[in-house]
Amino acid sequence: MKRFAKLIQQLELSNKTNDKIVALVDYFNYADDKDKVWVIALFTGKKPKRPIKSALLKYWAIEITDTPEWLFAESYANVGDLSETIALLLPPAENTSDFQLHTWIEELHDLEGKDDETKKDFILSAWNKLETQERFIFNKLISGNFRIGVSNKMLVNALAKQSSLDSAQIMHSIMGKWNPYEITFHELVNGIHVNTDNSWPYPFCLAYALEQEPEKLGDISEWQAEWKWDGIRGQIVKRNGELFIWSRGEELVTEQFPELHFMIDVLPDGVVLDGEILAVQDKQVLSFSTLQQRLNRKTISKKQLEDAPIGFFVYDILEYEAKDFREEPLSVRRKILEQLIGGLDESAVMISPVINCSTWEELAALRQTSRSINSEGIMLKKLSSHYHSGRKRGDWWKWKINPYTVDAVMIYAQKGSGRRANFFTDYTFAVRDGENLVTIAKAYSGLTDKEIKEVNSFVTRNAIEKFGPVRTVKPELVFEIAFEGIAESKRHKAGLALRFPRILRWRKDKKADEINTLEDLRQLLQSTL
Amino acid sequence: MALIEFTKRGIYCKQGDFYIDPWWPVDYAVTTHGHSDHVRFGNKYYLCHTLTKPIIKRRISEDLNVETLEYGESITRNGVNISFFPAGHIIGSAQVRLEYKGEVCVISGDYKIEDDGITTPFEPVKCHSFVSESTFGLPVYKWQKQEVVFNGIRSWVNDNINQQKTSVLIAYSLGKAQRLIKNLAGDIPIYVHNSIANLNEVIIAAGVKLPETIRISPETTKDELQKGIVIVPPAMRDSRWIKNLSHPVTGICSGWMQVRAHRRWQSADAGFALSDHADWPGLMEAITATGAEKVYVTHGFTAAFSRFLNDEGIEASEVLTKFGQEDDEENKVDLAEQNENK
Repeated sequence: MKRFAKLIQQLELSNKTNDKIVALVDYFNYADDKDKVWVIALFTGKKPKRPIKSALLKYWAIEITDTPEWLFAESYANVGDLSETIALLLPPAENTSDFQLHTWIEELHDLEGKDDETKKDFILSAWNKLETQERFIFNKLISGNFRIGVSNKMLVNALAKQSSLDSAQIMHSIMGKWNPYEITFHELVNGIHVNTDNSWPYPFCLAYALEQEPEKLGDISEWQAEWKWDGIRGQIVKRNGELFIWSRGEELVTEQFPELHFMIDVLPDGVVLDGEILAVQDKQVLSFSTLQQRLNRKTISKKQLEDAPIGFFVYDILEYEAKDFREEPLSVRRKILEQLIGGLDESAVMISPVINCSTWEELAALRQTSRSINSEGIMLKKLSSHYHSGRKRGDWWKWKINPYTVDAVMIYAQKGSGRRANFFTDYTFAVRDGENLVTIAKAYSGLTDKEIKEVNSFVTRNAIEKFGPVRTVKPELVFEIAFEGIAESKRHKAGLALRFPRILRWRKDKKADEINTLEDLRQLLQSTL
Repeated sequence: MALIEFTKRGIYCKQGDFYIDPWWPVDYAVTTHGHSDHVRFGNKYYLCHTLTKPIIKRRISEDLNVETLEYGESITRNGVNISFFPAGHIIGSAQVRLEYKGEVCVISGDYKIEDDGITTPFEPVKCHSFVSESTFGLPVYKWQKQEVVFNGIRSWVNDNINQQKTSVLIAYSLGKAQRLIKNLAGDIPIYVHNSIANLNEVIIAAGVKLPETIRISPETTKDELQKGIVIVPPAMRDSRWIKNLSHPVTGICSGWMQVRAHRRWQSADAGFALSDHADWPGLMEAITATGAEKVYVTHGFTAAFSRFLNDEGIEASEVLTKFGQEDDEENKVDLAEQNENK
């Protein structure tokens, strides 16, 4: 457990991917094999059995430390994490323990079905032999997640480095079905439980943003124009009767999107498709915020399936009849793609349409309509282009539309959570409506750590009132807010709501009387209806 | 009638007609210690501990009119007896004891209970009313013994030296820096930033014994620094100078480092929970030892801490001060550094 506690500390302290990988490799070099299996399980979201509710942990901690409930709540608000709050509140441990991580997990597992008194005795005695950091981890095993900035990809890279196995293979192995209580570390990384020959994906071909006039690209007839969709880039792999869906982050997400599973019957073996995972209804792309309801979920409810149905818009074909087609020109790949699934009449999977235009002006005009179909602009791909690995300048360009912007003043601030628990990081913004200010958006991202500190100090000095965690502040700081759309809304006082608002920049050059008005936004709304 | 009142300018003793740590210019400012949120420019007279005098003269202005007291010494001003007792916060920090017609009030300034090896240790003073800070007034803030923390810092430094990394400790130049120097001095040379070296000179001249350190100069090589311990003030944190060192790793020494959210937020490579403020048990211990009937809670978790005291049967009220209510030590220091650079 001490080794794992140290790993967590190292992972939390560094923001550098390389440092994290070094720490992980170091851990995998020396840790107990059974522990390693559990670390992989925990970091990929496989939770051990949890026989105790976190409310009980809190209750016992309050009881043995004789802390009033309100004071516990104040402490929790400052610390930002329940497991950690408990770990810090408890008196120093009187004993020590050499239990390994997996031993603790097994011991916890054995509590299943026992009465509360037995569970309490176990927990209290465990707390009394663990140091603060170990206690924190122990509590997390029972009640939390290990969200410490280790992506599946990073974990896989570390395992690949440590074991000299291929990373796509390891990704397939650890994303497959396995039981951490039973599998050995060797079996797991070597993928005894899966056939990794079937799953491996290709590196994605990526595009640079177009920063020049499209005319400079030459004759439009040499180019294929497509809508740029705002979803999750993905690959569908079908080999030897098995289907795999990979996301751009090189994570296997097959289980997350059951709507696409029918492709196992549609696609012949030896096919790899590149495309975009989107929320799609009646062949129309829905907003990214709809898609978001379906991302990073371990389980999917019936309601989510109905509210946010998933579709896959196919861009390209990379493998056909088990042969690598990436060196073929786009025009050839497109033909094969059309033959293969062009005739498919499914809402869930369709070829992303080509935009036919004979001049750049025509295309530029069409680009302005992107938002009406939830597209974020246009992709330009040279018809003669190969499917490159990664980003290469020249053959593929993304020609995005600019976001809408509004200048607004900050009027409320609220503290963040987790890493930002003690800084005012969540702000509410208002525009002018005659003599009044009316709120139009809440946003938290877009500022640098340094700027957040600066705003934080402003809020501390200029707070007018407290409403629980919210402070009203002097309307003085002006920010430029970018957003992707605007819609009527009865729920908001302003009568309208912004889609995907975020802070574009802090306008230190502007004063509060120079911000936009509600009327400006109403006009924008009218023009987009 | 109460001995002190809380005014716009700061804590005021009407009977004696003087202020304690005022933030606007007054005629007579009783000063608890040399941190910049407690002592401002522009007062006609200052009264502070003997060791604080050269510090504030160096930091604010040589022209200040400063009277001094030793710990335990007293003077009388308009019938109010003023005396100083050690607060244990930083070198020269004092609790101010006021006595008038049998009524005793103690203003703690900032304080900590643990003996840090260089500051005269805190001494509880019996009083009727007590003004306490509450920077770390939540029960999650409990310090480990400083020896444990220093062992952690030492092993961090040793690991860094072995891995060819340069250890940079961030500590405010008045107080924390000297505490680190005193406790880390040994085989590994300690290199200090100019602002720290300047203060060290003042402190040594005032008679405090400090281990030897090396002032960083343009001639100091990266290789020397890599094999030593580098101490710089918070203002230097994200500086190009640090980035240009040989594989620099930064460690922050502050009580806030107790909590993961703060540690991660600071984006340092290491955080050591080492504070010059009392932790929760320390605050409780100090307050109980005063026997005070009435406690005024200033800067920090004032609401939570005063509510807890009231629940415990100790009459307490929250007092808003300008000692940066939610500011941390970091911000304080930044102010001090700014003054220094003027």
